[in-house]
Amino acid sequence: MSVVESSIVSADAYVQEMLRAAEEQASVGKVSRRTFLKVTGLVGGGLVLAFHVGEQGVALAKARTADFAPNAFLRISPQGTITLYSKSPEIGQGIKTAFPMIIAEELDADWAHVKVEQAAINPAVYGRQSAGGSRSIPTSWNQLRTAGAVGRAMLVSAAAKQWNVSEAELTTENSVVFHKASNRKATYASLATAAAALPVPDEKTVKLKSRSEYKLLGKRITGVDNHAIVTGKPLFGIDQVLPGMQYAVFVKCPAVGGKVVEANLEEIRKLPGVTQAFVVNGTGKPTEVMSGVAILARSTWAAFSARQKLQVKWDESTASKDSWAAYVEQAKKLASQSGPDSIRNTGDVDKVFAASKPIEAFYSYPFIAHAPLEPMNTTAVFKDGAIELWSPTQTPEAGLKLVADVLGIAPEKVTLHQTRVGGGFGRRLMNDYMCEAAAIAKQAGVPVKLQWTREDDMHHDFYRVGGFHSFKGGLDPSGKLIAWQDHFITFTQDGQRPTSGGDLSADEFPAQVLPNARLTQTKLPLQIPTGPWRAPRSCSIAFATQSFLHECAVAAKRDHLEFLLEVMGEPRWLQQGNEFALNTGRAAAVIKLAAEKAGWGKPLPKGRGLGLAFHFSHAGHFAEVADVSVDANRKLTIHRIVVAGDVGPIINMSGAENQTEGAVIDGFSAALAQQIDFENGRIKQNNFDSYSLLRIPHAPKVESYFIQSDFTPTGIGEPALPPVAPAIANAIFAATGHRVRSMPFTLEGYSV
Amino acid sequence: MRLNVNGKEVAVNDVDEATPLLWVLRDHLGLVGTKYGCGVAQCGACTVHLNGAPVRSCSIPVSAVAGQQITTIEGLAGKDGKLNAVQAAWIEHDVAQCGYCQAGQIMSATALLKSNPKPTDADIDAAMAGNLCRCGTYTRIRKAIHAAAAKAGEMVSQN
Repeated sequence: MSVVESSIVSADAYVQEMLRAAEEQASVGKVSRRTFLKVTGLVGGGLVLAFHVGEQGVALAKARTADFAPNAFLRISPQGTITLYSKSPEIGQGIKTAFPMIIAEELDADWAHVKVEQAAINPAVYGRQSAGGSRSIPTSWNQLRTAGAVGRAMLVSAAAKQWNVSEAELTTENSVVFHKASNRKATYASLATAAAALPVPDEKTVKLKSRSEYKLLGKRITGVDNHAIVTGKPLFGIDQVLPGMQYAVFVKCPAVGGKVVEANLEEIRKLPGVTQAFVVNGTGKPTEVMSGVAILARSTWAAFSARQKLQVKWDESTASKDSWAAYVEQAKKLASQSGPDSIRNTGDVDKVFAASKPIEAFYSYPFIAHAPLEPMNTTAVFKDGAIELWSPTQTPEAGLKLVADVLGIAPEKVTLHQTRVGGGFGRRLMNDYMCEAAAIAKQAGVPVKLQWTREDDMHHDFYRVGGFHSFKGGLDPSGKLIAWQDHFITFTQDGQRPTSGGDLSADEFPAQVLPNARLTQTKLPLQIPTGPWRAPRSCSIAFATQSFLHECAVAAKRDHLEFLLEVMGEPRWLQQGNEFALNTGRAAAVIKLAAEKAGWGKPLPKGRGLGLAFHFSHAGHFAEVADVSVDANRKLTIHRIVVAGDVGPIINMSGAENQTEGAVIDGFSAALAQQIDFENGRIKQNNFDSYSLLRIPHAPKVESYFIQSDFTPTGIGEPALPPVAPAIANAIFAATGHRVRSMPFTLEGYSV
Repeated sequence: MRLNVNGKEVAVNDVDEATPLLWVLRDHLGLVGTKYGCGVAQCGACTVHLNGAPVRSCSIPVSAVAGQQITTIEGLAGKDGKLNAVQAAWIEHDVAQCGYCQAGQIMSATALLKSNPKPTDADIDAAMAGNLCRCGTYTRIRKAIHAAAAKAGEMVSQN
């Protein structure tokens, strides 16, 4: 049933290459040969590549030959179906709704009747295909707008030819072209065949809408997968099933770096439901495949049960011996010194500190886990030198190449299907579980679903790295902040660079806006893997810097709002020519808005306080005010959190508010009670009973306000998170006079 | 072994009696809407109804529920596909982010409204505290439950 159809009229080298790849893939024996690939070259060099799964695929493709598909992002059939393709992973950030909205806006498609599909993973066609760093919107904004506008221009052109009128006299709305002068109209469906015969115009010549013309963008649009979610349809990686599939678990050394010496495989193979058990040597890289034991069984439960009986002798000679308690002791000893690495040294902080006694404080935060609710998994089948995978990944583009590397096959021999992702938060930027499934499927010779347990997920994460900041702040006689010193104690895997997520920028706020600043760094050796966690760096650094800024304001006996605005200074870009950099004017505007909406300055009863914090990250400017009561037992009541943000124009207001609410709850959840502790390289937390996520009774009320400036829209999955922890910590100080300098807050006796 | 799932009698063969209901639903019956999150009744992603009451299917051996009424997320809508008030409110209030926990949330919320048609915030807290949402959609879950309660009320008053 594998079929390649081509209707290349004048194929260039690129199209030929794509075709060859397609033919190769089609000749590969796929699972029940269900996957089939259609490549259609269109006049003008446009190329559409679409995967269709199912036996009806061929018939469907034949019926679609008259479809209008000027690019890989949209397809209009003469029967009236408008399909928009979303190219990046949906991890809960709402991109599968936001991306098609952008295309539909420029296409002037009737949103109520468009169909949205996940695009095939093919970076040659789609460009960047990943979800991370809140980069999806800014990097795809122009590409998607143009894709829609090209479609609209061609439909208008087709109508103009049909009616023999000028294109300028035509308007479009809700998938219909209108010629108001003659009261004529034509649906996009009726124009699809004619439009498909037209040359695709140069992208640079199509006109994009101005913001005042938007009909869809900025509205509250509900998620395109909502119906499938509420009815339990198989959307996620964990839901994938292949004929003849076996269920696999993979057991690695509890201390990263340990290798299998021997295991009781014979005994395991005899257990009920177990089909295979073998050692996987791996590549030795935590981002790929570590040494471990794979157990395959006829059901997930049989595999889970069998692993309880597994006994492995590990060679731990090169395994992690890391200890959090030891790191804390080391960091405390280093606090009074400067670090060996100089990150920034401007002005003369010593002179300021000599003139008046500096404000000093030591802040710390722990390692934390990502713990997305869908445990890691991937389904894979290896046959005849090629592999096909279904995976909930944030980085399919990178995953595809990594699997090819690990298996030692060409990337063309890897077909990767993007599933919906049950939570990302940065965990699935790594594709270790995908590589493991690939290696196990190859070794087993049968279709395999690798399923991690929650405990696997907790023990083998790429954790948000912990860290320590030893601060000094200096004021001038008028109480203005003029000096800032931070000895940042972080970690390194290679002895050279800070570990992933554990670096401090020379331009970290507020050092870059003060006349005297010294940032130094100590890197402690670490073997436990770390990685980006929602708003990497910012998610932890903001707590330390924005809390200490408040300490400086208190020491200066000044109002925090006024003090923070003074630090921000005149409205300006902090990096000329970079519209994704911090703009102090945008910062001041969100700070003022948050303060105003929260009723900053109003008298509050004893034991209740407002706390303010600002943080710029991922091109987003966010200020937040927490309204918090604290009782005699340090029990917290968060009355509300007011959020003011500027990420440019909002694409989907419902999505933006959902992300903001979620980021606040996530930020509070992590700040209050989350910690990954480890000893002798072993993670002490196992599951949600020992790693605590916030539950509904303690979820604060969140109010979101957006300043919709005219800058390029930027992502909102991350930047609302960093200010939450310092805003709450500052509110606790305002309410009680007690300064919280450690996360999680439970270490200092706080609870909800 | 015979189970009654979503109103249908189904035979489950070749299953160890100790297997949690969750895995029988997912691996043996192909009902993958019920999710695995923790395996120790901490997260609620696996919530189903047992004789109308919410239970964590990851921690109930299948042998304990033979012959009893089991309802999963796939069985909530009517035969005509009409969604129940909670499902409809979840769509209208755009509750989901990643969506992974939402089947469990909807099962808990549906059970709550059945036993308590007009829940207060405190009632919602008590009934929903066993369901984790890593994305933090709690604000919308609360809103959607109140909305579903109001809708269900309207429907009663129209009758």
